[in-house]
Amino acid sequence: MSGRRSRSTQASAVSRITDDQINDLVSKLQQLLPEIRDRCSDKVSAARVLQETCNYIRSLHREVDDLSERLSELLATADPAQAAIIRNLLMQ
Amino acid sequence: MATSLISNHPATNSERSRDSKRRKKKKINNSTNQNSVSQSRNRWKTETEQQIYSSKLLQALQQVRLSPSPASASASASASAPRGGRAVREAADRVLAVTAKGRTRWSRAILTNRLKLKFTKHKRQRVSAAAATRNIRSSKKPRVSILRLKGKNLPALQRKVRVLGRLVPGCKKEPLPVILEEATDYIAALEMQIRAMTALTNILSGATTSAPPPS
Repeated sequence: MSGRRSRSTQASAVSRITDDQINDLVSKLQQLLPEIRDRCSDKVSAARVLQETCNYIRSLHREVDDLSERLSELLATADPAQAAIIRNLLMQ
Repeated sequence: MATSLISNHPATNSERSRDSKRRKKKKINNSTNQNSVSQSRNRWKTETEQQIYSSKLLQALQQVRLSPSPASASASASASAPRGGRAVREAADRVLAVTAKGRTRWSRAILTNRLKLKFTKHKRQRVSAAAATRNIRSSKKPRVSILRLKGKNLPALQRKVRVLGRLVPGCKKEPLPVILEEATDYIAALEMQIRAMTALTNILSGATTSAPPPS
């Protein structure tokens, strides 16, 4: 970590995004991840956060896909009248 | 969840205007980066956003369902009528992007990706408008290429950032902080999408009580 910081002070004159900002964003991301938030809320490496983020987004995608499948089946078999009723209910 | 979805509606209009006023004031007062992240979380967590999304989603799904007839169109499958689940997923993503009001890269990327498919069917106006919006927005942000950050990050970290950039739509070539910011908003939006679709599924499966229940 300290090695990274000394290198960043050389680069920070050129780059406008500081290490601190990145760490800030990483910690914000950390708050969103249920895995890390519930287990160990402190001192998680950036690599771990990124890995968990990728896994979490993939699992969310899978869930959306499953829900889409179920919805398409339900919509196929449901009455068109019922769907219209639901829409009217939702749009009141 | 289903009852709250329905019963909250009489109060929606006043609640929505109050919420949007409160959120607008918040945005003017706190312009720092930190609050934009928490705001995006709160925005996607509000009941109002979910209701907006649900109603739009239902509308879109109606159109999806009505156009392809299940068995006969499968043989002559056009590009715009894929298998049912895929179509629902695409419609859901599109509605999510619309609900985001184009403020984030991933939402614009989703919308322009769909437009690229339609572009071959001569819809030029929207593409040029979307591209113009994208150019205006992207020119304001500072560009720190990922190559410069190579000195800061280990190659393993770099790879993970790349993977993350591929997962979030529209962020393949963005610098690290942009990817992180987009990912935060994208995750919150996906969670809301899942909540809304789950509620919708429950309503629909609860409504089909005329047929004998499957479980």
